[in-house]
Amino acid sequence: MAATALLEGGQLFDHRDGRDVVLKLRGVRTQFGDNVIHDKLDLDVFKGEIMGLVGGSGTGKSVLLRTIIGLNEIRKGKIELLGVDTRGKSRRTLYARTGVQFQDGALFSSLSVADNIIVPIREHAKLEEGLMREIAALKIALVGLPPDTGTKKPSELSGGMRKRASLARALALDPDVLFLDEPTAGLDPIGAAHYDDLVKSLRDNLGVTIVMVTHDLDSLYAACDRIAVLLDKRVVVGTMAEMLEYDHPWVREYFHGPRGRAARRE
Amino acid sequence: MVEARPTTLNASRTGTQVLEVGGSWTVFSIRDVSFKMGRKKPARGSAKLVDVTKVERLDTAGAIEILDLAGGGPDTEIKTNDKNHADLFKVVQSNLGKDPAKAIHVNWIAHWLDEVGHSLIHVYRQIADMCEFFGEIIVVFFEACLHPRRFRFNAVVRQMYEVWVKALAIVGVLCFLIGVVIAYQGVQQLRQFGAETFTVEAVGIGMFRELGVLLTAIIVAGRSGSAFTAQIGTMQVNQEVDAMRTIGLNPVEWLVMPRIIALVISMPLLAFWGDMAGLLGGAVACTVYLDFTFVQFFDRLRDTVGAWHFYTGMIKSPVFGFIIAAIGCFEGLQVSGSAESVGALTTRSVVESIFCVIVLDAVFSIVFLLAGV
Repeated sequence: MAATALLEGGQLFDHRDGRDVVLKLRGVRTQFGDNVIHDKLDLDVFKGEIMGLVGGSGTGKSVLLRTIIGLNEIRKGKIELLGVDTRGKSRRTLYARTGVQFQDGALFSSLSVADNIIVPIREHAKLEEGLMREIAALKIALVGLPPDTGTKKPSELSGGMRKRASLARALALDPDVLFLDEPTAGLDPIGAAHYDDLVKSLRDNLGVTIVMVTHDLDSLYAACDRIAVLLDKRVVVGTMAEMLEYDHPWVREYFHGPRGRAARRE
Repeated sequence: MVEARPTTLNASRTGTQVLEVGGSWTVFSIRDVSFKMGRKKPARGSAKLVDVTKVERLDTAGAIEILDLAGGGPDTEIKTNDKNHADLFKVVQSNLGKDPAKAIHVNWIAHWLDEVGHSLIHVYRQIADMCEFFGEIIVVFFEACLHPRRFRFNAVVRQMYEVWVKALAIVGVLCFLIGVVIAYQGVQQLRQFGAETFTVEAVGIGMFRELGVLLTAIIVAGRSGSAFTAQIGTMQVNQEVDAMRTIGLNPVEWLVMPRIIALVISMPLLAFWGDMAGLLGGAVACTVYLDFTFVQFFDRLRDTVGAWHFYTGMIKSPVFGFIIAAIGCFEGLQVSGSAESVGALTTRSVVESIFCVIVLDAVFSIVFLLAGV
């Protein structure tokens, strides 16, 4: 069992380094019926970092992500995103400042990819039509899709392209925080590696803070600055080096198992 | 959040055209600028230098708008002291010029011809596919006749419960009401020349020949035909049908045949039930408006309405059942890819089956007329 006392926000060591806290969870409890998924969960995400969220099956990674973006209710505790209480009155201001990429894209199937990207722009900023088309075309190019993707329907795209198109929609309003749910699952290794580069370049060039649920150890090594591991209904946050030292049976098996070793060698 | 309004200034420095911008250039602040400019964009490359040192806030949308205002392109020089802004412009500029907008503007006549051509090809393919599908049904049916176990009796019984037993209430109620309505109208109109007793014939012949079976067919098309398309379509989306094929199960044998057999058996049963409910409705209405007793009503019905009126309806009903089931299953198997197509094809299945039922009903009328029944 984890005997180490954790610092503020579930950290193993202090990584803050003077950065702003973009996402702050304190004492969060989520529960479905009698089934408690998270309890007394603390988590801090700093500005401009890429945070990877991992955990065994059924530990509630996706639930935590859905809770943060406001799709699940919490029983106890408090979640502050960009300084705004996600259950407070002004939470509507958050929709324009956050972007979410769902696991299977969740693109609106009746709209073309370009129209999908325009939906949030039209809702929150309503610009001149030609400019909105230009923005959509730019986002499509930005996520590495060919230009003619814009006119296609989501059903005409492959799984990997749908993920990228969904990312383009999440980026429509240049959000401050981006949430990605298993972005590299189902991609071939080359596609996944390109995706990791894309995520890093978004952080570097647009200054987005990124929280991603992932099972891809290569992604954790290549893209993530820090890793949050869901253990015993709480999270433990550390860098990759710290996680490799951390003494917990699941963590050891995860990072030191055959796949973990293979990913580390690269 | 209060943001400084975007400002622009055109200037000329030592012969080069310069655009100076300041204030906030984000997706939330450039609305007025974007509408003012509209589509009147300056030619690419009209400003060689864009000075963004005075810009306070910037995002990709703002950067695009600034470049548009300047008529700038991938190689316009950007002057700024902020590294973040420089990075952002670099990203935007390197991804510009891949605008697919030009490809969208096509000649509308060509577009219309394209649409017409596509829909003609689609209709042709649809007919060809449907012929193939009917052929497959026939082949599977005769194969099953040789090996009766392949009729999947369990599935047939389960489908019959769905399409027959569960539909009894709605078919009964609706036919009863139609029977009442016809009798009421019949009495009102026929009384004008003292022929109100002929209401019995109107109800009897009307229900037996047309209304009982037609009404039942329309209810079944809306209820069971749509369900067939949605069930099989969902299985298509989940790749269940593909899985069946790889295991060596023929979807026509496993999914289509039980539904068709169930509906071919259920339709006459339902139509008969509907006829009876309609007659009951007519009888109730006649006791109220005509001072008939039930016995008088059914006596007159027996004496004046020949058995062939009843047979014609019963002959039609299994054919309608076959058509509804076949179209429902066919459209279900046409589903591909998205969940959206399940909805679209379910709608199409109901429309097509009701259309076919009514057309076939007209064909039957002509046949019966020629046969003299």
